[in-house]
Amino acid sequence: MNPRQITPALLRGMTQPRTRRDFFRVTGLSAAGLALAACGVQGQKAAPPKADAVKDYWAKQSKHGKLVFANWPEYMPEDQAPLKKFTQTTGISVEYKEVIQENAEFFGKADPVLRAGQSLGYDIVVMTNGVQLQHMVELGYIVPLDHSRMPNFLANAGDKYKERAYDPGNQYTMPYSSGVTGIAYNTKYVKDDITSIEALFDPKYKGRVGMMADAQEIGNFGMFALGVDPEKSTEADWKKAGEKLKQQRDAGIVRKYYDQSYIDAVSKGDVWLTMAWSGDIFQRQLAGEPVKFVVPDEGGTIWTDNMLIPKGAANPVDALTLMDYLYQPAVAAELDEFIQFVTPIPAVQDLLREKAATAKGEDKKALEDMVDSPLMFPSAADYAKLRTYTTLTTQQEQVFNSIFQSITQA
Amino acid sequence: MKRLTPYLLALPSWLWLAIFLVVPMVAMASVSLQTGNAIDGYAMTFSFSNYADALGRYSDQLLRSLLYGGLATVAMLVIGYPVAYWIAFKGGSRKSVYLFLLLLPFFVSFVLRTISWNFLLADNGILFGTLKGWGVLPEGFHVLATTVAVVGGLTYNFLPFMILPIYVALERVDPRVVEAAQDLYATRAGAFRRVVLPLSLPGVFAGVLMTFVPATADPVNAQILGGTANTMIGNIIQTEYLTNLDYPTASALSFTLMAILLVGIFIYARALGTENVLEAAAR
Amino acid sequence: MRGARGRFGDRLLHVYTWLIILWLSSPIAVMILFGFNDKKSKSNTSWQGFTLKWYGELFEISDLTTALRNSIVIALVSTVITVVIGTMLGLAVGRHRFRGLGATNFLVFAAISTPELVMGASLLSLFVSGNVPRDGNTIIVAHVLFSLSFVVVTVRARVITLDPSLEEAAKDLGATAWGTFRQVTLPSIMPGVLAGAMLSFALSIDDYVVTSFVNGSTVTFPLWIVGAVKTGIPPQVNVMGTLIFGIGVLIAVANAVAARRRA
Repeated sequence: MNPRQITPALLRGMTQPRTRRDFFRVTGLSAAGLALAACGVQGQKAAPPKADAVKDYWAKQSKHGKLVFANWPEYMPEDQAPLKKFTQTTGISVEYKEVIQENAEFFGKADPVLRAGQSLGYDIVVMTNGVQLQHMVELGYIVPLDHSRMPNFLANAGDKYKERAYDPGNQYTMPYSSGVTGIAYNTKYVKDDITSIEALFDPKYKGRVGMMADAQEIGNFGMFALGVDPEKSTEADWKKAGEKLKQQRDAGIVRKYYDQSYIDAVSKGDVWLTMAWSGDIFQRQLAGEPVKFVVPDEGGTIWTDNMLIPKGAANPVDALTLMDYLYQPAVAAELDEFIQFVTPIPAVQDLLREKAATAKGEDKKALEDMVDSPLMFPSAADYAKLRTYTTLTTQQEQVFNSIFQSITQA
Repeated sequence: MKRLTPYLLALPSWLWLAIFLVVPMVAMASVSLQTGNAIDGYAMTFSFSNYADALGRYSDQLLRSLLYGGLATVAMLVIGYPVAYWIAFKGGSRKSVYLFLLLLPFFVSFVLRTISWNFLLADNGILFGTLKGWGVLPEGFHVLATTVAVVGGLTYNFLPFMILPIYVALERVDPRVVEAAQDLYATRAGAFRRVVLPLSLPGVFAGVLMTFVPATADPVNAQILGGTANTMIGNIIQTEYLTNLDYPTASALSFTLMAILLVGIFIYARALGTENVLEAAAR
Repeated sequence: MRGARGRFGDRLLHVYTWLIILWLSSPIAVMILFGFNDKKSKSNTSWQGFTLKWYGELFEISDLTTALRNSIVIALVSTVITVVIGTMLGLAVGRHRFRGLGATNFLVFAAISTPELVMGASLLSLFVSGNVPRDGNTIIVAHVLFSLSFVVVTVRARVITLDPSLEEAAKDLGATAWGTFRQVTLPSIMPGVLAGAMLSFALSIDDYVVTSFVNGSTVTFPLWIVGAVKTGIPPQVNVMGTLIFGIGVLIAVANAVAARRRA
């Protein structure tokens, strides 16, 4: 057999009855495949849960003394001390898994499982507010929460975290931690103080500006630049924002539409200023790198990673117990000291301040830096400028995505 | 028994491919003809226009992918052939050691390689920063976020997949045959063209197949190394599937891509198989 | 005259081969270096001083250790399966003419040309609808699927160039079919099999996309690292990469020495 002989054989596959039969025989195996496709993508838009149904569901559940917690990497100290204390206090053992790397991807693999009515094998899952979380809600993939079992949350969560556009009435989720999307710049190259979002559109920085590839992130910044509040935006606003971002791209101002990799780019000076997430920049500052983060005057985006109980979870009571446990200020303080993002529990700032007062040396310095950082504890003025992602219906989402993806994925 | 041999040899792979490739593919084919949305569900409407729509929207990215894949494959062939040649004929007892060393960097995660490349190629990094310091390069010079970086990344990442099969075919050639041919045709170039090259063509075919196809479909290099206008079709499929949950469009694009690649492979196999080459190979 | 030029050409190619090996390995140097970085923050991308402590704390992150172990086991098992069935198919398509040859070639090429994401997503749908729990086994199934074609194509490239008269001679001399295969066929296709095995191992241990769909709650080395990118990859990852690379180089050196002894 040599290379040339493949060709006639393969061409025969298209033309001659004998080999075509072979081909059909192979495909004949796939009746199963068709059945699979037919049931693969059925819709199951969920009606909002009825209060009674929620009550009934929780009345039937009981504590099992164990749970599985699926989270993002580096979102828990390596010794898992907070979870160990939880086990001591409550007798519930926790299997902790760092299995979520990205929302879209996580949803991509969770969707077929949940659609088939099977369990993910996790009792708590952490997802960022955004289209995927919204799909989880719309498809009825989340167990509604029992408010009578979450006293710590109701008592200690900051107001901003109890009134979230993507989960009105705290029906489905509790925040785990938050972050802010603003502008980061490298002070070695940018000598001016950046305060306005216009800097991202300034031809002075041609080829040195980083924007985010995510449609919701970049969409928000396009709207901020036009003075539009994304939470109240309309299709016309999106189009205008799209125009503005297109001009920015066509003028060669944008170097690249980044994912997580923007952070290395700005700290190395490949881009001089970029859209950025607060927690990342804070860590770079601690490492002594010349980067600075601002929430632009026109506005910034606040996003939140949320804990939720996926449908089919085996241990919902234990899960809810842990979720609420994490809302004790002392527990949250210990956790936040490690993860260094914005905590949904305002009391943590005072606790860390007290701890800093008694600490010594490097620890003291680190704690003081955290307490004073607007990146971990945004001021009231900062919060006033912050908006969440635009909440979209399925139809709106298609329009929204196509407007902004046509810019980032040309 | 002898008549059955090929079937027995092929059976395990057939089963594997039938269950885990064909069945899902048929499912995907069905999805590519459906309409609807992820929340309300998709229904089979035999909507062949999905293909036209997808192609209309993303023809730029598709053509660009074929171009990048093609450029990278040519680069790999030019860079890789001499390596395979030298290892096959002059590698002596250490042939497999060289091959192993070529592949070893690919045993550590692509994430680590990527981070390292970003470090090495940074605008003001260890390489370009130094050269800019000496005034060899202009201040604005950069490689990251350009077409060159994407094609270079593809070339880097798939190079071993070009070298190994060419080596495998060349290693079969008896060096004495090459020597005899050199005497016969008087020049090394002549001997190479008339004897070595034809004998290595099965390897070249395998190498091109194993590099052009995955390079064209690759989303990673464009995402990491590309700039504002380097999006490849793999990235689009990823976005349509994971972000937009537009399974029909993602499926239609995947099938289109696969169809183009398969047709390309057949044409290429045909073009490669000229009579002369075959006769030489058979001799 | 020609001889001298030939030797010069060979030396040039020798140097060139090493340059290519160096080029391919160059990012590894950075990886090794940052395994010694005494970093203060969570990120590990700027040099902050030399330390050996990450080597001491190599297995402190238990999830990472498990992930690495999973990856190695999965790569070994899937490589063995792939090489066995892939070599069989490679022999079949390279040597024999049989009904279904066209369809087989078609499938082998289709498997290579399936975008990874599509392969992963469609396998997940298959497993879900068949109610198969996702774990290490499903990862192995997927890895065999995407490595298979690479082994088949590599082995086939070798088989095509073989002279069938050797096997016929062996049979004429009274060897059994199995004896012929083991003593004549297998040794002569061995370079192709080995190359296929190496490719298959590299594909498996480095795979992210397909694995991320079919892993269930099993985490592999690449999966763990990609997740950690968001908050900073710990230097232990670099150390593990360094050890993988180091062990590989040791194997290569031992091989080279052994080969020299034999020679």
